[in-house]
Amino acid sequence: MNPRASRLQPLAKRFEPYQVERLRQAFPILAQRIYGKPLVYLDSAATSQKPQAVIDAMSRFFLEENANVHRGVHYLSLRATEAYEQARAKVQRFLNAEHVEEIVFVRGTTEAVNLVAQTYGKVHVRAGDEVLISAMEHHSNIVPWQMLCEQSGARLLVAPIDDAGELLLDELERLIGPRTKLVAITHVSNVLGTVNPIRRIVQLAHARGTPVLVDGAQAAPHLKVDVRALGCDFYALSGHKMYGPTGIGALYGRRELLEAMPPYQGGGDMILSVSFDKTLYNKPPYRFEAGTPNMVGAIGLGAAIDFLGGLDADALAGHEQAVLAYAQQALAAVPGLRLIGTAADKIGVLSFVLDGIHPHDIGTILDREGIAIRTGHHCAQPLMQRYGLAATARASLGCYSNEQDIDALLAGLAKVQEVFR
Amino acid sequence: MSDPLRELYQEVIVDHGKRPRNFRRLEAPSRSAEGFNPLCGDQLRLELKLADGVIEDIAFQGQGCAISQASASLLTLAVKGMRQEQALELFVRVHALLTEGPGSQVAPETLGKLAVLAGVWEFPLRVKCAALAWHTLRSALAGDAAPVSTE
Repeated sequence: MNPRASRLQPLAKRFEPYQVERLRQAFPILAQRIYGKPLVYLDSAATSQKPQAVIDAMSRFFLEENANVHRGVHYLSLRATEAYEQARAKVQRFLNAEHVEEIVFVRGTTEAVNLVAQTYGKVHVRAGDEVLISAMEHHSNIVPWQMLCEQSGARLLVAPIDDAGELLLDELERLIGPRTKLVAITHVSNVLGTVNPIRRIVQLAHARGTPVLVDGAQAAPHLKVDVRALGCDFYALSGHKMYGPTGIGALYGRRELLEAMPPYQGGGDMILSVSFDKTLYNKPPYRFEAGTPNMVGAIGLGAAIDFLGGLDADALAGHEQAVLAYAQQALAAVPGLRLIGTAADKIGVLSFVLDGIHPHDIGTILDREGIAIRTGHHCAQPLMQRYGLAATARASLGCYSNEQDIDALLAGLAKVQEVFR
Repeated sequence: MSDPLRELYQEVIVDHGKRPRNFRRLEAPSRSAEGFNPLCGDQLRLELKLADGVIEDIAFQGQGCAISQASASLLTLAVKGMRQEQALELFVRVHALLTEGPGSQVAPETLGKLAVLAGVWEFPLRVKCAALAWHTLRSALAGDAAPVSTE
């Protein structure tokens, strides 16, 4: 195709449906029928589906490479170690981290945040200090800090948001004081879809000498993440949100910070030598990876990164934005429906409430139509309180979501309203 | 609409979900209890007036889905005027209907209006919604201080 002609085409035309259709074929589960109806999977923010390539890579590891890493002298152990460390290098490249030692494998974003709270936090956060989070955090970026504050006598500060779901940056800046030891903030809200201006936040925090941890669980599958461009000190992600398996995630930490941090858990692999008098700890990242790691999980995460890397990032972002725009427009026209989260910069997370109908009832009726959405507080109860809600219904998009998914959602919502008419 | 859905969202459920009966506070309750579904965020406060072992008045307030609101509303209508032991016996039967369905040996038609709860059994994820008010009733009658959770 003439590249100039393609530039002239309107956004929606550039992402011809067949490309999405082809992509969908890479996800075997999407071919399923639920209660006799085609599966409409709109719960990717809870967990994404897995492409065949990820399933195959994990299967291959068990079939051909399985042995314990960093231990054996035998052939398979060497191959497993290589595969595991290659996966680490893939995460490094995915995040554009400077050093591979800056990537620590963890169970997921939750463990990454807990790790930083209980190592970096334990050393640096004292009585009277502050940790600053935002009003749109997931419980996993609230509770670990509350636990740390309880242990240390520090205070938890919360930067507010406006009704659209955008951070009030002036307020955030005002809250960063001389005793603020860490800013912990989400890149993308799992309820509102809001994309936070991380680079700007890092600038504000660093100007006061405060490091920044970014919860990247929702951002990693949708945005190009470059930790050096963002300038953040820690970045956490979960494999299963980005087309990889559960039980694996990664923590990026700047090398100087990781090197100065005490271990998280004790056990094998995190030590240099052990005697009953004294144990010498291993260097990062191994210092933070006690015990036999989730090897096949790391392989799967590496395969997911390869999968994402094989997509045209701009085309993917364009497609997801096109489906989001279509969905927003369609949902706005549903009588009695209110969208929660209308930030100018957002990704494909559509939280909504329907007049007089509880989200759980919406979820159950949609389920019988084969439509999977999430309902409830989405592990963000303080955010729900901010909006005066106990729960919302949430449809969230993945790289495989298409217009038909949104059309099915609309038809499903019409059924919901019919039941409650 | 498929049949199980029709069974679940019968008119009575939708009606009581939209306009719950006895949705108020009591002036001077002799017993009260709170119930939560932590995963759903559903919350319920049940208050009752016991006199000589008889539930003279009962009311609730809270928020939740149509199933949980309707179940609480129907509960208040069903147990008002009952003796404490009768209400507990009803709890056992409703609980069996919700969790065991047709295998429970509880014939729905013996439960009067509460028979509409028979459809919930087919939706395992929603059983806790319907059960919340009933667990909260049991707790109120027992005088338990700790809030009830049906997770």
